[in-house]
Amino acid sequence: MTTEAPVRPGHRAHPAPAATPSARLRWAVADGWVMTKRNMAHVVRAPEEVIIYFTLPIMFVLVFGYVFGSGMSVPGGDGGDAYREFLLPGVFVMTMLYGLGATATGIAMDVGRGVVDRFRSMPVARSALVTGRSLADLFRALLEMATLLVCGLLVGWQWHDGVGNAILAVALILLLRAAITWAGIFLGMLVPNPDTVSVIVFPAAFPLTALSNVFVAPELMPGWLSAVAQWNPLSSTVAAARELFGNPGLGGDSWAADNAILLAVAWPLLLLSVFVPLAVRRYQRLSR
Amino acid sequence: MIPDGIAVLAEGLRKRYGAAEALAGVDLSVPAGTVHGLLGPNGAGKTTTVRALATLLRFDAGRAHVAGFDVVEQPDEVRARIGLTGQYAAVDEVLSGRQNLVMFGQLFHLGIRDARRRADELLEQFDLTDAAGKSAAQYSGGMRRRLDLAASLILQPDVLFLDEPTTGLDPRSRNGVWDAVRALVADGTTVLLTTQYLEEADHLAERISVIDTGRVVAEGTSDELKSRIGGDRVEVVVRDGADLAAAAEVVGSVAASAADVDPDTRRVSASVRERVTALGEVVQRLREAGVVVEDIGVRRPTLDEAFLYLTGHRTDQEVPA
Repeated sequence: MTTEAPVRPGHRAHPAPAATPSARLRWAVADGWVMTKRNMAHVVRAPEEVIIYFTLPIMFVLVFGYVFGSGMSVPGGDGGDAYREFLLPGVFVMTMLYGLGATATGIAMDVGRGVVDRFRSMPVARSALVTGRSLADLFRALLEMATLLVCGLLVGWQWHDGVGNAILAVALILLLRAAITWAGIFLGMLVPNPDTVSVIVFPAAFPLTALSNVFVAPELMPGWLSAVAQWNPLSSTVAAARELFGNPGLGGDSWAADNAILLAVAWPLLLLSVFVPLAVRRYQRLSR
Repeated sequence: MIPDGIAVLAEGLRKRYGAAEALAGVDLSVPAGTVHGLLGPNGAGKTTTVRALATLLRFDAGRAHVAGFDVVEQPDEVRARIGLTGQYAAVDEVLSGRQNLVMFGQLFHLGIRDARRRADELLEQFDLTDAAGKSAAQYSGGMRRRLDLAASLILQPDVLFLDEPTTGLDPRSRNGVWDAVRALVADGTTVLLTTQYLEEADHLAERISVIDTGRVVAEGTSDELKSRIGGDRVEVVVRDGADLAAAAEVVGSVAASAADVDPDTRRVSASVRERVTALGEVVQRLREAGVVVEDIGVRRPTLDEAFLYLTGHRTDQEVPA
């Protein structure tokens, strides 16, 4: 049932709403891209936030790599140089995990301060908020990876098995980041307050990295800890990256260690299959 | 069918959260090109009503048409024709004022050139040109609210929802928002304004719906509502408590109804229709009666008195949400 809108003088023509499925898709892409550019503009306008996120991984490289590193032993080598080779893939993945905070904080700010309500009161594709966010986070993760790779090369880390395998390793790391992004989107909608988000994310993230193979090879941990660390989703990506970069640290004879690459694909897909529906449902519940 | 010239129509809107009824059958009818005030205390259902009409909230029962389209059936048509300015300044804090407006313009599906041109027009109109390049986070509260309002006006909406647009603003910024609203309405926009301030509704709105516990409890022009409350009040404070009875008799005979007497403050008050005539008469007859007056005046009924009259409870009482 349609009735004529009140006629007004000097009225600006409204772009007609997308009626056909293809027009809807075009809008979804266009709106998602505007939203992506918006989130990327944040990195340009407020680079200090990104820099803060970098200080932690770089600090870990320096403290663990140089201070503790000489006393650390890893399967396949002893001493500082071998440990730094071992450590860097772990730091790459850890940085991706800490990206959870950025994603969740961004979403929480939008939801908590009514920005999402403004988007929802506009003829904007419903998907744009989340597609824009996840695409922008992926670009941001690429930037972070590029910076960390350079840092790694500076402290003597290298890839040994060719560029192709190295690119594959980076792709697996970014796949994990995509899964983490959706967990972050869900968390940001669940707790629409940026301060609460940081209180949740950072205390949760550190044990998750400590109980993995990021800093210490699980074979060197006591039995049950070792099992937890080997099955930690972070560990799978780290182990796969070490394998593909040709870095030391392979070892253990568990199934998880033997099938690291398979798990580095399976874990993020499993996480996505959990968090994408949760986030979408949470988003729909905003109109309750 | 929607009657001609009605920009916002709500019939029997209901919304329930568990056991609490947020909207218990809200009816509204706002003619195009007018300002309609939704007046009510916190938790009365003002914001819920606006959210339902702005397609943000699914309601349980009733129907709503905005700018000629059904809110439930054709939300995208509605969204292309409305603007919403909520209680928070819903802008991106990191982006500059200009970047915000360009982004919202693009999301309204203006081309990038049109979006930029419209952004510059609005920055000019809202006196934000000098601050166009600064992050919204660096704006003052008034500037942020102006930017927020500008973002609602990118498409020159048919219907603008203003949810407590001046809460927390200083008087100068508040006047700026009022001027902007008046200019819009002169251009043909219909405005639905929620407010806790009788004064604000008084200044801007042609008609006012008083909303309480999820229902419209009174509707009319500001004057109609005030005359239902009883109009302006003459208030007399006597020097000697012994004169209270005499003063009450004088005030009561001039006023339309019996005077209220508060012995603690030695205050006598009653509502009157013709404020100036009534005040003159009270002064003269008190002098004749030999009552010594410490203070005398006419004042408008406060929102508190209006609510007490219309809803039976005060504005500051908690209303179950």
